[in-house]
Amino acid sequence: MATLQADFTLPLRAFALELALGVSGTVALVGPSGAGKTSVLRVIAGLVEPRRGLVALDGERWLDTERRVSVPPERRRVGLVFQDYALFPHLSVRANVAFGAGGRPVDAYLERFRIGHLAGAHPRELSGGERQRVALARTLARDPAVLLLDEPLAALDAHTKTEVRHELAELLRELALPTLLVTHDYEDAAALADEVGVLVEGRLRQLGPPAELVARPKDAFVASFTGANLLRGRARRGDGALTAIRLEGGDDLYSADEAEGDVGVVVYPWEVSVARTHVPDADSALNVVRGQVGSLVEVANRVRVRVGPVTAEVTAASAERLELASGGVAYATFKATGTRLVPL
Amino acid sequence: MFAAAAAAFAFLLFPIVAIFSRVTPGRLVAQLSRPVVTDALVLSLKTSAIAQALVLLLGTPAAYLLATRRFRGRSVAVVLVELPLVLPPAVAGIGLIAAFGRFGLLGGTLDGLGIRLGLTQAAVVIAVAYVSSPLYVRQAIAAFEAVDADLVAASRTLGAGPVRTFFRVVLPLARRGLAAGEALSFARGLGEFGATIMFAGSLQGVTQTLPLAIYGEFNRPPHGFTTALAMSALLVVVSGALLVTLRVILQWQPSRPTSRFLFAPSR
Repeated sequence: MATLQADFTLPLRAFALELALGVSGTVALVGPSGAGKTSVLRVIAGLVEPRRGLVALDGERWLDTERRVSVPPERRRVGLVFQDYALFPHLSVRANVAFGAGGRPVDAYLERFRIGHLAGAHPRELSGGERQRVALARTLARDPAVLLLDEPLAALDAHTKTEVRHELAELLRELALPTLLVTHDYEDAAALADEVGVLVEGRLRQLGPPAELVARPKDAFVASFTGANLLRGRARRGDGALTAIRLEGGDDLYSADEAEGDVGVVVYPWEVSVARTHVPDADSALNVVRGQVGSLVEVANRVRVRVGPVTAEVTAASAERLELASGGVAYATFKATGTRLVPL
Repeated sequence: MFAAAAAAFAFLLFPIVAIFSRVTPGRLVAQLSRPVVTDALVLSLKTSAIAQALVLLLGTPAAYLLATRRFRGRSVAVVLVELPLVLPPAVAGIGLIAAFGRFGLLGGTLDGLGIRLGLTQAAVVIAVAYVSSPLYVRQAIAAFEAVDADLVAASRTLGAGPVRTFFRVVLPLARRGLAAGEALSFARGLGEFGATIMFAGSLQGVTQTLPLAIYGEFNRPPHGFTTALAMSALLVVVSGALLVTLRVILQWQPSRPTSRFLFAPSR
């Protein structure tokens, strides 16, 4: 597969976007809104000119500020799917899809995205899911060499989203194009991409396979963004090989990671067990947090339970067996080896 | 509130009613057989058509640039474009003479090129274009600004260059606003009086447009007022037909509030 190379600096209002990225396969950029994610796509597509930089697909230079090369967007062979799809409101579905096809027939695309029956309809008559399929069909009918997706799932309701996410993952695998997508949702990124980059205030904090970001988050932001608990405290060398962390609330936690000073204790919800009672020294888990049960949120067949400052994920059956109810007292326990320490 | 609305409505309509109350349809039709009237009508329509073609041809790209490019002095440029709107017609006429007249700033240059504008149809066209174009341009700026920038970006990434993007995306989406602006501009140009009479004069068959002919007739005793009335009725019919036609054309597309200037008062 070809490799898209992007390395540039673009001053934005509050900070400068600085990025060096090689994309082959699917890469997802995640980050909070305002992190500069969309600007990355716009630079690659040629819609925004960075102050300095290089954008190239293998040997084909689309932008090289040093050599004063800047290919206009229409000659970059880039397929950009906009966040709200940017379908042409005055054109039918068929005319939208045919817009970039250069006169080639588009029936195959209408078929493939199941929008053949909508060929004569106008965008305002379509549902969110249909619009997304039209936008994808229109982009692919242009025969791009690189695919850029801006929040491809954000405009969809929760029900449609799961289904579309699955379809999209399959489509991306099938297309085998270098693809860069941006999203604010880590789960979407993990489901769609081979590699995930966390972008905060214009800089890439960490880039790696989704599992690696979860296993070894580089900092507190990456950890909390991937869905982990983050407990703030002060680390000091404890008994044996363990590090003891005094939390802000006064509790002590232990971690197998080494650190000193102000740290964040990272623990994923699925590493945390929940119990109604606690017998000291009867558990291999060293860390115990006693707290009130806060919210209980069902996610598929699991329940996310908040115990004091910690979110735990237990099966729906366990939640029922324990008769967990908000307001009651419970104990959240997790092993020292289930934690990661990140500097704050 | 209803009383105020009724009063305003009556006030706006009453002079028109007054004209038609004194002109029978027969008299109105009879006007069309008088050379002074037909000459003026033909001249009005011809100069308006040429002036509006120029307004569209030059005003559209100018408006698009002002709407889409960010550059230093842009807001100043937008204000300057609208300036002729607030100029009294007499001032516009003096300005045109000072600029393009025989002894004007460009007069010598034009004379050297063998061009003399005084008392020609070209002078009428210039006067009409000068006073009417700002109405089109400012409405066109608003219409172009209302086109979603993402649609333009989408067109570009789909392989369309700036020109193709303009004709396939921007123009169709701004069409309603442009048509509304053009309707206003045309109506204003057709009624143009002050700048034309000063800059181009009032020569029957050459520079005497319908409004000028009405004024000329009005000043000619003893029956001037009655013929001026009949010609006024004719001008109302022509302008009204034009406005209705444009309205009908505009109704084609789903309504968007881009036509809000259509009935704004013009001098």
